[in-house]
Amino acid sequence: MEVLASLVIAVLFAGGIYLVLRARTFQVALGLSMLSYAVNLFLFFSGGLVTGAPPLAGGAAATADPLPQALVLTAIVIGFGMIAFVVALALRARGELDNDHVDGRGGKR
Amino acid sequence: MSHWIMAPLLLPLAAGMVNLLLVKKGIGAQRMVSLAAVAGLLPVAILLLQLAGGGEFGVYRLGNWPAPFGIILVLDRLSALLLLLTAALALPVIFYAAGGDDLIGRNFHVLFPLQVFGINGAFLTGDLFNLFVFFEIMLIASYSLAVYGGGPDRIRASLHYVVLNLIGSSLFLVAIGTLYSVTGTLNMADLAEKTAAAAPEQAALLRISSLLLLVVFALKAAVLPLHLWLPALYSSVSAPVAALFAIMTKVGVYAILRTFTLIFPAGIVSPDIIAWLPPLALLTLIGGALGVLGSRRLTALTAYLVVMSVGMLLTGVGLMSVAGIGAALYYLPHTTLTTAGMFLLADVIAGQRGPAGDWFLPAPPVPWVLPGVLFFVGAVAAAGMPPLSGFIGKLLLLQAVSPDAAGWLWPVVITGSLAGLVALSRAGTRLFWRTEGKTFSRPRPSLTRVAPVVVLLAMSVVLTIFAAPICRYAEATAAQLLTPQDYIAAVLQKERTP
Repeated sequence: MEVLASLVIAVLFAGGIYLVLRARTFQVALGLSMLSYAVNLFLFFSGGLVTGAPPLAGGAAATADPLPQALVLTAIVIGFGMIAFVVALALRARGELDNDHVDGRGGKR
Repeated sequence: MSHWIMAPLLLPLAAGMVNLLLVKKGIGAQRMVSLAAVAGLLPVAILLLQLAGGGEFGVYRLGNWPAPFGIILVLDRLSALLLLLTAALALPVIFYAAGGDDLIGRNFHVLFPLQVFGINGAFLTGDLFNLFVFFEIMLIASYSLAVYGGGPDRIRASLHYVVLNLIGSSLFLVAIGTLYSVTGTLNMADLAEKTAAAAPEQAALLRISSLLLLVVFALKAAVLPLHLWLPALYSSVSAPVAALFAIMTKVGVYAILRTFTLIFPAGIVSPDIIAWLPPLALLTLIGGALGVLGSRRLTALTAYLVVMSVGMLLTGVGLMSVAGIGAALYYLPHTTLTTAGMFLLADVIAGQRGPAGDWFLPAPPVPWVLPGVLFFVGAVAAAGMPPLSGFIGKLLLLQAVSPDAAGWLWPVVITGSLAGLVALSRAGTRLFWRTEGKTFSRPRPSLTRVAPVVVLLAMSVVLTIFAAPICRYAEATAAQLLTPQDYIAAVLQKERTP
């Protein structure tokens, strides 16, 4: 399972990095959200992969680490807000700069 | 422990929220609330400085959870110094903004206190994940302040800034996840213990996470290959926002200083990482100096002065000695306040020169002597000329360099200062002496516009007069940072074994 999880994160990171390096704001916004998915999964898995175990249960039974779950909730909320801001900013840039290039200079009509 | 430690967080947070409710009441009520909150920060910061000045650690446990589990705030000499600096910077800046800059967009008085909240939180937190959270609070307020007022230049620069910082935040989370998977904790004091006792097979992962953290903080601090967002952003945003942003790079410097003295001290996991800092810092200094020489407007020049100052600060931090960090901590308030004053001054001058603004173009003469005098004082302070505090800071830094490193460190620092001096004197000549046409008949800026500039630049004089006590405090801070055992013992409530 660890191998599969790592592969998923790796593919998400690769896609995210590729998209972030593109020239247009839409692709960059998509890339940023893929990066944040990858990061959230990575954070979630950083406590170790456990199936079918409750968090915070006492006794000798195996438990899942609750802290990464709390961390990833915070990270998801923050990441979601930031992506929303980037999309709004990209729309504003499209209007003000009259093109959708990240450097604001391409594709003059 | 004293509940006052919460005050630097609660005051601006409450002000931001109250101002959100006052949106319909108009700008007057909002101005009063944010001015009162920021003014209230100043006595609180002085009180905290007195608490921390004796070398005690103020550990504030929210909900009284014992240390590695709950959320904690830690007040030491370094955070007290930076809290006072933030308050001393924010008060003149908000006063300046209340002179009209808060009307060009919406909700300035909501965003400004929230950014101060994020900055204060980053200085106070004792937990790596909360450092991330406070960074994000500071950043999202700064994103909104960066586009404040709109216009193509601001939008373009902000887009780069936002995208770069979101990538930086992703890297920050990866570093946090890696650290957590190795150590099982994110409390900085606990992390320091765990990394010190790490098994050799864990060293590679710890190294990766320390390098990732260095990259993230270097992006915030604008260290050379990661500095390209800064000049465009700082020269396009409105003047009070640029002045407040003068402290944002210092948050990056603070994070580097905290992380690499406490969690990854040299020799345990990362013997060579800290050795990267002085060369990177000198490259930043050179890059900033070239930018200063090539600038065509005063705000861009000041933005490159910020880059140069980061180079100076990290040179001191990279020495990892009491003298080096002490010199950097003396230089830090000086450079923050001076560059903030220069950003505001650039706006005042631009208002007197008509369409030429702060560009180095022939324009009608500035009809008033005070901007010229202030520019002279600011230039002397920023270039590091005697008698003002920039000179003392640079002198302390040069003295802190060991003789074998002096051969390559001294020439760069001194040449960088020379470049700053040349560029600033050229800027003064262009702005005030190469005039053409008749004096632009503009009303003189009101007292609320000029007084904050005077206050910010006068702080350089204050830093010069009280150089001895401030230096003693800075060196005590450096000594405290370099013996992290006390910090760990205070946070984890252990008996200190000498």
